[in-house]
Amino acid sequence: MKLLYFAWVRQKIGKSEEDVARPANVATVRDLAAHLCALGPGYADALADLSRLRAAVNQEHAGFDMPIGDGDEVAFFPPVTGG
Amino acid sequence: MKARIKIQSDPFDLVRELEDMPKAAGALASFTGHVRGEDGVDALVLEHYPGMAEREIARHVEDAACRWPLLGVTVIHRVGELKAGERIVLVAVAAAHRSDAFAACEFLMDHLKHTATFWKQERRGTEMRWVDARASDDKAAKRWT
Repeated sequence: MKLLYFAWVRQKIGKSEEDVARPANVATVRDLAAHLCALGPGYADALADLSRLRAAVNQEHAGFDMPIGDGDEVAFFPPVTGG
Repeated sequence: MKARIKIQSDPFDLVRELEDMPKAAGALASFTGHVRGEDGVDALVLEHYPGMAEREIARHVEDAACRWPLLGVTVIHRVGELKAGERIVLVAVAAAHRSDAFAACEFLMDHLKHTATFWKQERRGTEMRWVDARASDDKAAKRWT
C-alpha cells in the first residue's frame, strides 16, 4: 500500500509518504491507523485520536471503516482548510 | 461547458482569467479570496494533496453543472507561501443569467472549503501554526444538500 500524510500528520510522523506491505490483520482504514500507532511515538501522536483526523482511499474521502486492500493509496490528514 | 481547474504556486492575473471566460454568456460571477493580514499574520503557507485536490474540485464543478445551466467555470487555487494581501483562490462562473452564476459560484466555494484537500499554516515572523477547520464551513457546504 502507498501511505500519504499531510499537514501536521506529516510533521508528527516525519515523512510525507511510504510504501508498506498490508499486515494480514489490517482490513480497514481504522485497522491501519491502529497498526501504524504501534510503530513509534510520532505515529501514535499523529494517528491515535481519529476524531481529529480525516482519511482518503484512492484519492476519495473515506470513513475509517472503509475496507482497504494491497494496492490502495491511503492518506491521513487533518480536516481541510483551503479556500 | 468549458471548465478549467488549476492548482499553482504562481500568482494569477485576475483580469486575464475573467477575460478568458465565455464572453457571450450574459452573466459572469466570481469570488476571489485573499490572505487576511489580521492578528499579525505575515503569510499563509498552503499545502495540498496533488491529484486528489484537483479531483475534488472537478467533482464539485460537475455537480454545479448538473444543478445550474453553466457555460464556463474557472477555479484556481494557489499553494506555497502567500503573503498578506495576496490572492489565494479564484472561482469564476459564466452562465446565461446572474442568479445561476451567483448560486454556482457560492456552491463551488462552499464545497471547495469543505472537502478540497488543502491545508493552511499561518506564519507570524518565524512562528508557524496550523489553521483549524471551522464548523461554519461545514455548515455552509451542508446547506446545499
